[in-house]
Amino acid sequence: MFPRSVRLATAAAATAIVLAGGVRAQAQSEVQAPDVLVKTVTLEVVDIIQKDKDIQKGDRKKVIALIEAKVLPHFNFQAMTSSAVGRNWDKASAEQKARLTDEFKTLLVRTYSSALASYSNQKSEFRPLRAKPSDTDVTVNVRVMQSGDQPMTIDYDMEKRPGGWKVWDVRVGGISLVANYRTEFDNQIRDNGVEGLIKTLYAKNNSPVQPSVAGAQKK
Amino acid sequence: MLRMARYFLFVLLLAGAAGCATTGGDSRDPAEGFNRAMYSFNDGFDEAIGKPVATAYRNALPSPIRSAVRNFFANIADLWIGANNLLQGKPADTVTDWARFAFNSSIGIFGLIDVASEIGLEKHDEDFGQTFGRWGVADGAYLVWPFLGSSNVRDTAGLIFDLGLDPVLQHEPVRVRNAMTILRATGKRADLLDASRILEEAALDKYVFQRDAYLQRRRSLIYDGSPPRAAREVPRAEASEPEPAAQAAAAAPQAVATIAVARPDPAAMEAAVRLLELPATSAASTGG
Repeated sequence: MFPRSVRLATAAAATAIVLAGGVRAQAQSEVQAPDVLVKTVTLEVVDIIQKDKDIQKGDRKKVIALIEAKVLPHFNFQAMTSSAVGRNWDKASAEQKARLTDEFKTLLVRTYSSALASYSNQKSEFRPLRAKPSDTDVTVNVRVMQSGDQPMTIDYDMEKRPGGWKVWDVRVGGISLVANYRTEFDNQIRDNGVEGLIKTLYAKNNSPVQPSVAGAQKK
Repeated sequence: MLRMARYFLFVLLLAGAAGCATTGGDSRDPAEGFNRAMYSFNDGFDEAIGKPVATAYRNALPSPIRSAVRNFFANIADLWIGANNLLQGKPADTVTDWARFAFNSSIGIFGLIDVASEIGLEKHDEDFGQTFGRWGVADGAYLVWPFLGSSNVRDTAGLIFDLGLDPVLQHEPVRVRNAMTILRATGKRADLLDASRILEEAALDKYVFQRDAYLQRRRSLIYDGSPPRAAREVPRAEASEPEPAAQAAAAAPQAVATIAVARPDPAAMEAAVRLLELPATSAASTGG
């Protein structure tokens, strides 16, 4: 039988080791560089799509589930929504802000799943990040190669937050997703108020999805 | 034919200018009434003819054949892309573009295979509208043309050069020219089938969505993908619920930033009209 103090010391040491391990694991996930994060997630999603026959046939539910599991955790939807709503953001109540964010998120997921459905094995090139380690706001550049055309650029604007790096805007071929919604949201709020915008988004999100050309046409 | 088309464009431009007075709204789009009419005309044409033909094309031809068609026309385009890069003071890009043309026209069998991309000679996207933009010409008013779609005053001037100098549109005999033009347009539309479906899903108001995307895209292209950061910097409210007062303060400068986007400029409009006249005289003298 060990003396009580030794048992205690062992337990303490064990706890310390476990804690240290936990802290290190957490630190690692937090420290994962934004460009590494984008590359890892992109390659993982592409890999799943290439292996999944249902997704290739245009199974929207599965694509959406995939996005929700792998991609959404790395997006800051509230920042995206507030930026897209712009100067009208402070006109919305806290409850309206939450509903707006939710509807905008659904719309973006729908659109994104539609884009993924038409993905056809293009090669992506991941550019190393040109940023200082102290930077908290960076842009990660990805280029998608396409035959007979200039490579398409995808730029992720990312911000360092307590839970890791989060995307707050995506620019495809120089077109900012957030900026592109700003005029539409502005017009809606001008004509029908914040509530009108939420209603329009809700109606849009609950309309039937367009049949996927790629899905219908693939053998 | 070319002269008539130009006259048609000129009349439309005037109609567009006249439309300025009728609609108040976005300062970048003074001719919104006219543009929306053109947009719905184009949309109707696309629904009735463009999309069905492109879908049939896509379903009938296997992907490698469609790639060959795309590459063939992309190869021809590289000639003027190189010239535009030269006009924009980027001779190294010109060398790439013309080397691409040399490789693809020979080893790539008349441009059917894009071997140049395989060996690392990347394709560029340039046109006269971008060249004028690079020279400092402002966007001018946003414009939508029948069949040609989104444009603005500067890019319309550019388009006249693009079309006037297009080797495909110069090709003789006319029968071959027409066939090639239709094939090229069909292939382009087919390549955009996915994009247009995504647009349908993403947009609340397709007209506004497409207009803003066009303006953003052109700005990006003029700066070859990296426009000056200042203009795209967006003050955004923090996700962690800031004080309402702080939010209002943050929102105020943004309102100013939103309005300070390119305004239509009468001088640019006049320059465009003069540019419209230029190729008219040269084309008439060469008997085009």
